[in-house]
Amino acid sequence: MHQVNDRTRDIGPFVPAEDDNILICRCEEITKGEIRKAVHDGMWTMTEIRRYLRCGMGLCQGQTCAKLVKSIVARELGISPAMLEPAASRAPMRPIEMHVLANEVKEGKQYE
Amino acid sequence: MSNNADVVIIGGGIIGCGISYYLAQKGSKVIVLEGSDHIGNGGSSRNGGGVRQSGRDPRELPLVMYGIKNYWPTLSEELEVDCEYHQDGNLRLGKTEKHKEILTGLTERAVKVGLDVKMIDGDEVRKINPYLSEEVTCASWCPTDGHANPLTTTLGYYKAARKSGVRFITGEKVVSLKKIKGKLRQVITENNVYEGETIVLAAGFASRKIANTVGIDIPMQKVSLEALVTEAQPHMFDQMLGTAEADFYGHQTKHGSFVFGGSSGLEGFTRDDYGLQSTYSLTASCICRGIMKYFPDLAKAKIVRTWAGWMDKCADGVPVLGNVKEVPGLVLACGFSGHGFGIAPGAASQIAELIVTGKTTVDLFDLRYDRFKAKI
Repeated sequence: MHQVNDRTRDIGPFVPAEDDNILICRCEEITKGEIRKAVHDGMWTMTEIRRYLRCGMGLCQGQTCAKLVKSIVARELGISPAMLEPAASRAPMRPIEMHVLANEVKEGKQYE
Repeated sequence: MSNNADVVIIGGGIIGCGISYYLAQKGSKVIVLEGSDHIGNGGSSRNGGGVRQSGRDPRELPLVMYGIKNYWPTLSEELEVDCEYHQDGNLRLGKTEKHKEILTGLTERAVKVGLDVKMIDGDEVRKINPYLSEEVTCASWCPTDGHANPLTTTLGYYKAARKSGVRFITGEKVVSLKKIKGKLRQVITENNVYEGETIVLAAGFASRKIANTVGIDIPMQKVSLEALVTEAQPHMFDQMLGTAEADFYGHQTKHGSFVFGGSSGLEGFTRDDYGLQSTYSLTASCICRGIMKYFPDLAKAKIVRTWAGWMDKCADGVPVLGNVKEVPGLVLACGFSGHGFGIAPGAASQIAELIVTGKTTVDLFDLRYDRFKAKI
């Protein structure tokens, strides 16, 4: 949601929790505690969280964990998850081998 | 909260975040305004991660050399973020006599400025990087070049600056600048007005339109570039790579994935980008073909993600840095022309020094805003 977002707003201190060791992003092995800490480091959007921690950047591209990450970030910020835009989906939708992706030339030299 | 500060920085990319960090270290009160919803959402997060001196214009070379000597080696510790900085050299690869000519010219000009860079032949190249194909016949080799992670470095500057008391506001799009009694004083956004003794314009291509509101036009255009990343691969090499023909550039990251950037050659001549940094259907495939010619072993590596970004390309390919005579209080730090990441710590620290002390350690005269002249 596009709106003015003052990053000095007080969201309170980081309080360690018992379940901080739970793996949230399986592909990149990012825990709940790491995500919560990142929010307190100032990463307040799904895009910033992803770039800072790599969660959602692995083989599944966040298709497994994005919703979980969003609810953790929203709770830490004290806002509704609906206020957080998802991070951009990127092509290709499934991992593709380089020689396959390269083979789109219709005329001229073909790559096998 | 007061909207006044010593310095108001427009642009929350690595340049704006970096300047705010170095200013905060010197005790200045700083506000950073970012137009998009995310910190580092332009070229700062979308580049190939090169921390490179070779292949650069001699006018900006002293600045990047200064940064690599004084800031990059200790940046991770300073920002308390893993910037994944590697200083394992840069190979700029060539395959033809024409490439060799280009590379030799670049190398000779860099040596004159005092950079340790030399030309090597194909066999020497493969001694450094055994995965390169036999097609590679020459390269320039600069052992003090390297690469880093643009995402963690940019957000690292943000995190450290925020911790030092810099006020960051995202989603705050600047509409115009306003002089008061002959001196630049106000930054007017869609929602608010901010005031500062000094206003820094570090908003990439968006800087042009904002500078226009006080009568300054920086000759630059917006050009789209793309990058892609593979799944994690076994460790292969640590050098930064580029090519004489600029088919692609990139490196293997700490994570194991390869990040390669490139273009299709049709950028700026085909479809409208509709104001989005979006990928073009031809480009990723074109980059893949470029990579496979140099690295046949990577043909089976899977591409997991592609993305696009704009560079703010100046008419002569180097940035615009420093004060503006006609607009006292305005400092420009834009137009990095697609190679602003590696130079960012050097440039940001020098702009902070300029604002606080009125002078710089590295001479910025060649990068002044009024250097552009008609060709005849």
